[in-house]
Amino acid sequence: MVSLAVSGLAAVDNPAPGVAVIRCLREEGFAGTIVGLAYDVLEPGILNREIVDAAYLLPYPKAGKAALLERLVHIHERHHLHAIIPCLDSELTNLIGLEKELAARSIRCILPTSAQLKAVSKRRLTGQLAALGVKSPETRFASGPQEIRKIVEEMDLPVFIKGPFYEAYKARTVEEALHFSSIVADRWGYPVIIQEDVKGEEINAAVVSDGKGGCAAVCMKKLVITGKGKGWTGVSIKNEKLLAIARAITSGIGWRGPMEIEAIQGPDDTIWVIEINPRFPAWIYLSKAAGLNLPYLLLQMIEGRSLPAESDYRTGVVFSNFTTNIITEIGTIEGLFTAGEVHYEKEL
Amino acid sequence: MPFDLHKLQQYAISANGLIFDPETGSIFTTNQTGLSILNHLKAGLDPDQVKERLAEEYEVPTGEVLDHDLNDFLNQLLSLHIVQENDG
Repeated sequence: MVSLAVSGLAAVDNPAPGVAVIRCLREEGFAGTIVGLAYDVLEPGILNREIVDAAYLLPYPKAGKAALLERLVHIHERHHLHAIIPCLDSELTNLIGLEKELAARSIRCILPTSAQLKAVSKRRLTGQLAALGVKSPETRFASGPQEIRKIVEEMDLPVFIKGPFYEAYKARTVEEALHFSSIVADRWGYPVIIQEDVKGEEINAAVVSDGKGGCAAVCMKKLVITGKGKGWTGVSIKNEKLLAIARAITSGIGWRGPMEIEAIQGPDDTIWVIEINPRFPAWIYLSKAAGLNLPYLLLQMIEGRSLPAESDYRTGVVFSNFTTNIITEIGTIEGLFTAGEVHYEKEL
Repeated sequence: MPFDLHKLQQYAISANGLIFDPETGSIFTTNQTGLSILNHLKAGLDPDQVKERLAEEYEVPTGEVLDHDLNDFLNQLLSLHIVQENDG
């Protein structure tokens, strides 16, 4: 039986994409074993036996690629992993560094190159997009409080204060900018990112591309946005400008794998790309619901098949996050506390 | 026709008056009278013809009140970019 490992299972108020990716695969007929990869014992996705057949805690990315490899080898010995679908930005660098070691064990993983990952990083994105003829808001980097004050005073307020991987706060005054910068810097260190607040509606694209110009994408407009700026409710749309930008970015960079493009559509229909995430978004189940199952297309790419030359999906499909509880027994998940793993499968 | 209707032609408009723009995700609602106006515009009628049709459908005179209400609705469509002024 084929085993697939999927990470990003923190289905919390700022959800990671893993649970949605697994639902996309399961509901398209994937009948193999799903191994959840998590960083915390109580990540909700790994507490749910309807989502994962087994789950393992991984060392945090800062522990480095050797520690990750050791853990993945342990998991592989038990599950004979066919492939890994990483769903968190912060784990990609280590996995890219382990590509040869994983390939030597026949573990497949569709990843961008290290250079491609850098090209879409917040530090490089503005320049990369400009080279591709794509607009993005003014984005500057500050290495300390004095520089933050200087930059913010030069820019029009409000501005967004962002961390390198996650977190974004809208600051309406210089004092707010300094306050939010200290929060971001405490967690992620410097530089802190300061970005112009372009006015308009938030639209996003989920994309999977093959590195050879092939690309499938689904667009979504956020209808309800949480206090953390995340889309809680959204609707599938077909924005030809954003789809063209998705094709330009993926073919221009030669991107291979999943991607999320976050954009603002201005009142004059100008599209500003504000961020690119090197993974599927948490709302990716909408792609399956709208008829273009992007995680399943990625799985087919992993199995050596090509992306379809043309793809289409339905507009007007609405998703909403929906908070409820899952119940488990402490005895059922005790292995997560003691050995960092849990097994829900009936037999191996 | 004084209006560019290409966006309106792409909209999904339900029988109950929900208007969805599949390109931007914008959602609007209108009542049955607004729905009649939109359907007449989509069918290619100009504002004067729409006014005649409304007078027939709702059995009201084609006087100032109808003129005012129709113009008000058309201005709302323009301000919401549901229809655009024709350049020509």
